Amino acid sequence: MKRFSISPPVAALLLAVVLFLLSGFLPNGFGSNMSIARAQALNILRLSAFLGVIAAGQTLVIISGYEGIDLSAGAVVTLTAILTYVVVSGRDEMVMPALLLSLAVGALIGLLNGAGITYLKISPFVMTLGMAGVVTGAIIVLNHGNVSGKVAPIMTRLIARPISPGIPIPAVLVIWLLFGLLMWVLLERTAFGKNLFAIGVNRITAKLSGVGVSGMNLATYALAGALAGFGGFLVVGNTGVVMIQLGQPFLFPSIAAVAVGGTLLSGGKGSYWGTMAGAIVLTLITSLLTTMQMPDSVRRMVLGGTLLVLISIYGRQRALRQ
Amino acid sequence: MRYPALFAWLLLAVALAVNAVLQPNLLAHDTLNSNMRVFLPLILVTAGEAVVILAGGIDISVGAIVSIVNALLATRVGLSGSPGAMWQFVLIALLVGILAGAVNGFFVAYLRLQPIITTYATSFLYAGIALFILPNPGGGIPGPIAELYRSTMPFKLPLAFFVIAILLGIWAYLRSTRYGNYLYAVGGKAQAAYETAVPVTLVQFSTYVICGLMAAVAGIAITMLSGSGNAEIGASMTLTCITAVVIGGTALSGGVGGVAGPVVGAITLGIIQNIISFARINTWWETLVKALIIVAALATPGIINRFRRRQ
Repeated sequence: MKRFSISPPVAALLLAVVLFLLSGFLPNGFGSNMSIARAQALNILRLSAFLGVIAAGQTLVIISGYEGIDLSAGAVVTLTAILTYVVVSGRDEMVMPALLLSLAVGALIGLLNGAGITYLKISPFVMTLGMAGVVTGAIIVLNHGNVSGKVAPIMTRLIARPISPGIPIPAVLVIWLLFGLLMWVLLERTAFGKNLFAIGVNRITAKLSGVGVSGMNLATYALAGALAGFGGFLVVGNTGVVMIQLGQPFLFPSIAAVAVGGTLLSGGKGSYWGTMAGAIVLTLITSLLTTMQMPDSVRRMVLGGTLLVLISIYGRQRALRQ
Repeated sequence: MRYPALFAWLLLAVALAVNAVLQPNLLAHDTLNSNMRVFLPLILVTAGEAVVILAGGIDISVGAIVSIVNALLATRVGLSGSPGAMWQFVLIALLVGILAGAVNGFFVAYLRLQPIITTYATSFLYAGIALFILPNPGGGIPGPIAELYRSTMPFKLPLAFFVIAILLGIWAYLRSTRYGNYLYAVGGKAQAAYETAVPVTLVQFSTYVICGLMAAVAGIAITMLSGSGNAEIGASMTLTCITAVVIGGTALSGGVGGVAGPVVGAITLGIIQNIISFARINTWWETLVKALIIVAALATPGIINRFRRRQ
């Protein structure tokens, strides 16, 4: 007998919709004003895109299993945001080189993570944590507390603004959707994706069936770094300013988004759709708590409690007695 | 490596030697005392974290528990409080730590939620509580009690020495008991442990309780050290103590290592900080140099192992 169940991404999305509708009843909610409701919903979706892209790399390393995690994602976001800011300096023609540089720098940092994890057998948690320290240290050395730069007009237009005055959909949402499609193709329709799930389930059986486990591990961390780099590029396009703590607030939410989206933190099972839904839910909760104007202490408690409830619903692991 | 903690001791010896060169009076009574009392809170948190990690879990809410205890003591005892009130709230703080650990343990062991994300969630819960108790830095504990922590040196040795000795004594005893074996069994392979009638759930639950209790003790120590209250005081300790555990040879995958190694790891991290302050490194470079030293420390066992395998 098959038990009735809905998949985590769908559950997370349903939850987001319900939460959003309920938020309309709040004292300063949208009430019955549909245009405000639509604007709010679009804004939350727009903000989710940044967390969503940063959580993409996290999804990959978590699926790859064996305690896979990337704690350097936040620092990489900060670094590539600053690089983009400096390289672009307000010039449209420098946007493409800055994007490529962001991807390359992210990939290089990811590759170093992967090398430490694969060849020196350092646990991913501390390897990427150490790398986060190194990258943060490098940022401090490189920018000495102040940087001069500027984002280009075309970035603001493509990332922070709607597609056109007539269509109020933020352009970054289109980017995110295309990005999601690419992630789906990568995970479900390529050899890389198939091998990724294989090494996440069991590395020994994967190796015996001809998967190059070391190479896969390196490639996964490098790709995760590149995706975090892309996240930094997008984030600076939205904020228009940089600071040393720009990326850090995305770090643990990116892991939480993966978990809420139903990807097993032990690896081998998951999807990017789930992570997208998780990013929306987390951004929604955070924005709601902000609009409710509660003191920081209560906000943190509610966020922690909500997260506990969320993961209690479908984050449970298999019982030992089976 | 056959002795996972051996590398931690070697690293400590190297760090001590470098520190001694930079700071010639390192072993003088006062310097030793001031160093050890600064290291003690991290050592205590690390010992608790090591137990959780040994049994295959992880707890990233420890820093927030430290903060709750600090906020509690700083507001409820106060700068002009009586020593009696202090000891009363020390007891309450220990109970709070046990309770916070029990909540973590309940969700992880009994509801079988994934430890890292569960304790991430509870870390928000606990950090929120700490901030609720003490919204702005302030408050404190009576001067004489802070002085007690600072100056107590039975047998001319810093107080921290005795605390560490007791800690290691308890661990040595625990390890020889059936419970000690259970810890390694659960961390090694929970399924196999379950099939050989090890009370896996209870053991997992207990490790989080121990960790919460140790975080509370660390919170008391850090409050006595600083003498004042700040609801964010523990935040930076979480990731540092996990690094200390790994440097101490206790694997994050569980079942390998112990508590003594991580304690050594925590002392080493403290000494590395010392070295950086005394080497007169340009302030801009401090973060980078420290991170590079830590990454090098993490990488060295792997490099040695690769080298040995090739021979």
